[in-house]
Amino acid sequence: MARAVSTQSKVVATVASWTVALIIFFPILYTIITSLKSETEAIAGFDLIPSFTAESYVQVQDQANYFKFFLNSVLLAVGSTILALFVAVPAAWSMAFSPTKRTKDILMWMLSTKMMPAVAVLFPIYLIFNRLGLLDSRIGLMVMLMLINLPIVVWMLYTYFREIPGEILEAARMDGATLWGEIFYVLTPMAVPGIASTMLLNIILAWNEAFWTIRLTTTDAAPLTAFISSFSSPQGLFWAKLSAASTLAIAPILIMGWFSQKQLVRGLTFGAVK
Amino acid sequence: MATKQTGTLARFMLAPSVVLLLIWMIVPLVFTLWFSFQQYNPLNPIRDGFVGFSNYALFYSNPAFIQSILNTLTIVGAVLLITVIGGILLALLIDQPMWGQGIVRILVISPFFVMPPVAALVWKNMIMHPGYGVFADIARFFGAQPVDWFAQYPLFSIIIIVAWQWLPFATLILLTSLQSLDGEQKEAAEMDGANFLNRFRYLTLPHMSRAITVVILIQTIFLLSVYAEILVTTNGGPGYASTNLPFLVYQKALLEYKIGQASAGGVIAVILANIVAFFAMRAVGKNLDK
Repeated sequence: MARAVSTQSKVVATVASWTVALIIFFPILYTIITSLKSETEAIAGFDLIPSFTAESYVQVQDQANYFKFFLNSVLLAVGSTILALFVAVPAAWSMAFSPTKRTKDILMWMLSTKMMPAVAVLFPIYLIFNRLGLLDSRIGLMVMLMLINLPIVVWMLYTYFREIPGEILEAARMDGATLWGEIFYVLTPMAVPGIASTMLLNIILAWNEAFWTIRLTTTDAAPLTAFISSFSSPQGLFWAKLSAASTLAIAPILIMGWFSQKQLVRGLTFGAVK
Repeated sequence: MATKQTGTLARFMLAPSVVLLLIWMIVPLVFTLWFSFQQYNPLNPIRDGFVGFSNYALFYSNPAFIQSILNTLTIVGAVLLITVIGGILLALLIDQPMWGQGIVRILVISPFFVMPPVAALVWKNMIMHPGYGVFADIARFFGAQPVDWFAQYPLFSIIIIVAWQWLPFATLILLTSLQSLDGEQKEAAEMDGANFLNRFRYLTLPHMSRAITVVILIQTIFLLSVYAEILVTTNGGPGYASTNLPFLVYQKALLEYKIGQASAGGVIAVILANIVAFFAMRAVGKNLDK
């Protein structure tokens, strides 16, 4: 009897969850479907079955060289993430293992720098970039993305490192481990999962950053955010083409996200789960 | 125990982050403050130099100013409300035993991976378009007049799009928190005859409070500067109905080239962000210390 009830409630939960999940996913799904339609099909009213034509993708590729933007997105996302980790890992490390009275204040101050609206400082940044010759350069944008994500990276790593029990360090020290030995043989293996999920989140944030990447680039360094803006208004009437461009812009990060979902979610808690 | 040696080392390890963020905070801010007291238009070679507070007066007397602040706060407040309540409900639902939980999670997390301009374009054209959008198709199916969302309910439409983008984030953090709740405690509460609502109110919700605070803090940071969604969909209109403070600053700087006024607006935006940050940080600081 009890088993029957639980099966029944499981059916209800399954149906309800799938319904809600599909509604949430629907805009993405419908964009992918529309990208496989012809333009006339695309505006012919609601239809979930496309004719599976690739003509929109061909048009998009003709109009803008997708792979150049894709390559820039990859370089910017990965480059800025590596830079951020270089700076953030030591900082988070020291705050987690040698906390002082001000550690919490420093952490909160770091986060508060993220609350500065980007538009408020666009003009000065533009002038500085212009003067340094960094406009439309990948290096300049990498540094920029590193700076805007640094507070989140430090915080995420800090909450991770803090979970590593300090007693392990003491035990290693008792056994005569040097400081560097401690770091390389004891702490690093324990910290790798945290660093991995921080990396994932930062790659996603950098990939999707749509203010600086559009405003500070023209052609050479322009990533997929700029690619999609070039399709936004004048081509607004070509539904299938717009869908194909949108699908191309989000597909790489979506697929990466799906495969690393478990890893990512573990790190997304920001110390919210004890 | 931190020895003296590790203490010094710790400070060295912390320094690069602190110095970089200090530079990143102070340099642009000083520039912005400087420009906010200048008459400066990149297209106009004549510069009047120092103009005192007149940029602030002009920005403040702009009829869009108060509205943009209200819109900024409305977007932050409404999206937080939708995503936190929606996230709790969704987390409770997904946490139930079911078939295909892994796929459900993948579907629910997906909007988080979509870049803001794409999210805005997709909602604008595929979903909310009065002629070819899915909402219009649904309306016509029921014999109703399709709604022109961005003309009639501009701010609401933007809130829907932004909430869609952030709901996955809230749901996943809350779900992780929910799953860390001790099963024995739940069972004990059940044995004691606590019904679902009471269990939720006295056990689950307090357990999730830490996660809720984190969701609110992180989202507030991003929601204060919503920009691409407005640019792509309503362009701030009709009138100033969907202009938030960052968007107003953008209009002044990049469309009207009034750098002085835009900088004054930027300074105001920074102050507003800091007021919000102050309260958010205090709440979080308290909650995270527990």
